[in-house]
Amino acid sequence: MTPAVSAADLAPTSYAWQIRATGLKVAAGRKRMAVDGLDLSLDTGVHGLLGPNGAGKTTLIRALATVLRPAAGSLELLGESAGGTGEHRALRRRIGYLPQEFGYYKRFTVREFVEYMAWLKEVPKAEIPGAVQRAVERVGLADRADDRMKALSGGMVRRAGIAQAIVNDPAILLLDEPTVGLDPAQRLRFRELLQELGLDTCVVVSTHLVEDVAAACTDVVLFADGRLVFQGTPDELAAAGGPEHVGDSPLERGYSALLAGSDKGRGSW
Amino acid sequence: MSGEHASVRIIDAYVRGGGELAADETWALEAHLEACHGCRERLSAAVTAQEPAVTELVDTVWSGLEPRLAATAPRPRRRRWPVELRAWLTPAMVPWLLMAAGVTLLALLLDLSGARFGEASPVLLLSPVLPVLGVAAAWSRGLDPGYELTASTPRAGLHLVLRRTASVLAVLVPVLLLAGWATGVMVAHWLLPCLAFTTTTLALGGLIGVTRAAVALVAVWAAVIAAPALAAGRESFALRTDGLPVWALIAVLGTGVVIARRGAYSVLGAHR
Repeated sequence: MTPAVSAADLAPTSYAWQIRATGLKVAAGRKRMAVDGLDLSLDTGVHGLLGPNGAGKTTLIRALATVLRPAAGSLELLGESAGGTGEHRALRRRIGYLPQEFGYYKRFTVREFVEYMAWLKEVPKAEIPGAVQRAVERVGLADRADDRMKALSGGMVRRAGIAQAIVNDPAILLLDEPTVGLDPAQRLRFRELLQELGLDTCVVVSTHLVEDVAAACTDVVLFADGRLVFQGTPDELAAAGGPEHVGDSPLERGYSALLAGSDKGRGSW
Repeated sequence: MSGEHASVRIIDAYVRGGGELAADETWALEAHLEACHGCRERLSAAVTAQEPAVTELVDTVWSGLEPRLAATAPRPRRRRWPVELRAWLTPAMVPWLLMAAGVTLLALLLDLSGARFGEASPVLLLSPVLPVLGVAAAWSRGLDPGYELTASTPRAGLHLVLRRTASVLAVLVPVLLLAGWATGVMVAHWLLPCLAFTTTTLALGGLIGVTRAAVALVAVWAAVIAAPALAAGRESFALRTDGLPVWALIAVLGTGVVIARRGAYSVLGAHR
């Protein structure tokens, strides 16, 4: 009989923060620093990464997923340094990542796609079928699991992407604009899933939709020009704005109040 | 479970229920039953013999479930892309491999029909650069849609690059062997340049991206070796027997660079 919990599950954690960045700089392209001196500490919960277009959200998420090397500063994930030239195999097994625009093989079925990703993530072979079924059920695709990816709508493809991100039960889950293409009902369901995952996982969701943050996030990270502008609860974000700031909801007013300082000298968009 | 099984007394008490069994005994028995096929069979026999009410209940549930289970379609058994194959090839590579194999066969036909460019055999001229196309398809942003997801996984990196490269060579080398045998070209004459180009593509790919490296090397091959050979109408200096040690040296150097820079294949840079 295999034990229900492994020694790794019972071992005490040796780190205070799942994600800890100090003075982090990450280059996008040859010269520009998309993340420029970021200090950030994140623990269990759902963290909404909010910021204008071009703020460096995608670059930051890629650095957290260890597919981009930091140019300077330090980045610690699950207590392990993510810099240097190593392959980070052990660390990557515990990370789930959904890129903003993710490619897939159109001829694969949803199940084949998630199975393939589970294989790439080194999920033990015997556990793959069960893990795949659980992930597919969690995103509500169980009835379409044997359809080919090319037969799915945009929202379903995105849900299949979320399924592959959670198939290895990650300790850090990175989702880059996951709500794009979801209809309002799916978006509600997705927020519930986020809250559920946030109970024992460090979830980082990048978004430009303020209402996503209000509904699902325990923590808001406001990010502009590669720097941290604000970190706090959604209520604290709302409290930062007054009636004189633009926006239709307290959160939007807080958002524009906090960004007003860093927005000077840029175009009106 | 090693040797120890639940006694008849415990199983009977479990079947009768009603607090006869202490809670810890119940837990231990249930944990054992989950893993032990034999004890489950004994439990089932005991239930059938002693508790007709339970048997009847189970039968009722089954008769209610069966029509609904029959209505859900069983999972399709056939696999379009078997798991074992997935570990070595991506679907994106298949058209490129077919094309490279097709080009080899065309070159072979040309060669056999006597359309030689002076001394230079078309098979010999093409063979070194064909695997490069497959390698580029295996690890590139433009040709492989799953590149970003793949790059973020623990299996990404040198190991997966080598697996995919090996599968490219496993498909193309037999085709080239056949072509070489039919045209009478010595194996070493095409195999060494072929390996040299493949490893150099990977080594250079770690620096500038595999696709760019492939394009650059094919261009170099066309300019330095293929074009002069076609123009002069004789076998290129690089493909003569005395050039072979140089090709071997390049292959070894390329392999060395690939191993030394192994970390480069697990980030997005190598996909350009």
